Amino acid sequence: MTTQDVEFGLDSFVAITVDESGEELSGDVVIRNTVEEAVLADAVGIDSFNVAEHYRPDMMDSAGHVILAAIAGRTERIRLGTAVTVLSSQDPVRVYTQFATLDAVSNGRAQLIVGRGSLIESFPLFGYDLADYEELFEEKLELLTRLLRQQPVTWSGKFRSPLVNQYLSPPLPEGHLPTWVGVGGSPQSVIRAARFGLPLMLAVIGGPPGRFAPLAELYRRALEKYGHPQLKIGMHSHGYVARTDQEAVDIQWPHWADIFEKAAAERGWARPTMDRFQAEVSDGSLYLGSPETVATKIAWVIRLLGLSRFDLAYATGRMPHEQKMATIELYGREVIPRVRELLAESAPEPASASLLGAATHAGV
Amino acid sequence: MPASSGDATERRLGIVGAGKVGTTIVRAAMAGGYDVALSGSGSAERIALIVDVLAPGARAVTTDEVVQFASLIVVAVPMHRFRELPRDRFAGKILVDAMNYWEEIDGIDEELAAATGGTSRVVQERFSTARVVKSLNHLGYYDFDNGRRPRGAPGRIALAAAGDDRAAVAAVMQLIDRLGFDAVDAGALEAGRALEPDGPVFGIAHSADELSDLLWSEASSA
Repeated sequence: MTTQDVEFGLDSFVAITVDESGEELSGDVVIRNTVEEAVLADAVGIDSFNVAEHYRPDMMDSAGHVILAAIAGRTERIRLGTAVTVLSSQDPVRVYTQFATLDAVSNGRAQLIVGRGSLIESFPLFGYDLADYEELFEEKLELLTRLLRQQPVTWSGKFRSPLVNQYLSPPLPEGHLPTWVGVGGSPQSVIRAARFGLPLMLAVIGGPPGRFAPLAELYRRALEKYGHPQLKIGMHSHGYVARTDQEAVDIQWPHWADIFEKAAAERGWARPTMDRFQAEVSDGSLYLGSPETVATKIAWVIRLLGLSRFDLAYATGRMPHEQKMATIELYGREVIPRVRELLAESAPEPASASLLGAATHAGV
Repeated sequence: MPASSGDATERRLGIVGAGKVGTTIVRAAMAGGYDVALSGSGSAERIALIVDVLAPGARAVTTDEVVQFASLIVVAVPMHRFRELPRDRFAGKILVDAMNYWEEIDGIDEELAAATGGTSRVVQERFSTARVVKSLNHLGYYDFDNGRRPRGAPGRIALAAAGDDRAAVAAVMQLIDRLGFDAVDAGALEAGRALEPDGPVFGIAHSADELSDLLWSEASSA
């Protein structure tokens, strides 16, 4: 792996934001603001912009491919993808046609991360039974993989009508629409990604990132077992970059606290404290601070896990658009070049050798 | 105490569920000197690589073999799948219920959602011949890797156990200590409600004193 191989992305949930007076913006404004954020990301040299999929009142990402198409029309270079497509409750034929079309309008810049989805609101919405959780994802991933790899496809399964010698348009040029499998920490999901020969994206919500080292090792070993070459591993984590560490805390903390205050009120969870927030910054999976602080932490985790891709879920909660724009600017212009510099300073360790040991012995 | 066949049996642990929780508890248990057998859904072959990489040294087996192997068994399967396990599978065994019901992940389960006596009461009713203890469910799974400490170490985190069978609770408290945590007796199985996701201690690392205080004030206000 050379440092130039590492891709740096941004992930958006198209979350409802407030304006600077604290007033909530309407969903359509939030969607147009998200397009502007992606346009800026393109201008400041970020490699990809990826939109999630939810069906919730506080997130406007229910039709990410439409947002991505709008971004495609305003940008030249940045890759456009999902993080993640909840494949369990999607029709792989639709996913193919939508994203092959996005690939065409963007001149080859479309990409996907597909996953089972950590929240299950899409199951009742689209008429799926949660009891079929595993089977749905397995079947749909199989069909999508076949549609991507070679057409025509003849296929039959349990959850949709069969396909007989089916060609789908538009055709995808060889190697287009790279498709990753997003996992939240389930070992069987890691093995599934390896079995299908697809690159792995670790979706990290919080906690110490070292705990994913054994899963990275499991993925590498499973690729061997299934006779695939070694493939890329990426990671998605939350964070916020500001001019100084203190400014980053001052801007992000109230919005972070707001989310957990709501959870505390609705679900009886413990109320958020500055101590826990700071612990997540120092030992956990919040990439927050000055450009130097964030770059150092990203370079560290890239080395620790042997990553080829790092996606930052920029800003948590209802943070205003203007503050998101500021963090995108710093991430693209300062953090990413600095991470590349840090990674170039010494040769990366050979993949896999000491990863498991490093994680299981650290701090115990 | 001299080594005996009794001691060897005692240091055996079975785990049903080879997901992130199950495999993490296996590592802590092996560090605590346990001989561990782990099963997933289906054949032993299906989890052989997982065990080899994530929990080397543990036995990858079927759930039937877990039951034959150990008298102390942790169940760590997704809550919406626990009814796939046969009712009499754990007869006479100490069953540690490490599961949590999350509506957002498990979907709406009317029996669990309406369980005023706690979800472990539902698990006990399902496995009526098992000795159910609620425990190992209220911390993040990665705390089993990063949070374990030798007995007496400063900052040792506490885990609670709740159950009606007091001998079973004592056995689980011994397991907790050997996993690397201080053990707190949370009382009867219904008191295990306080350990659930909407309870006062969930998801936060506490010392034994803090955890006892929180559980005591919860019990007093109930």
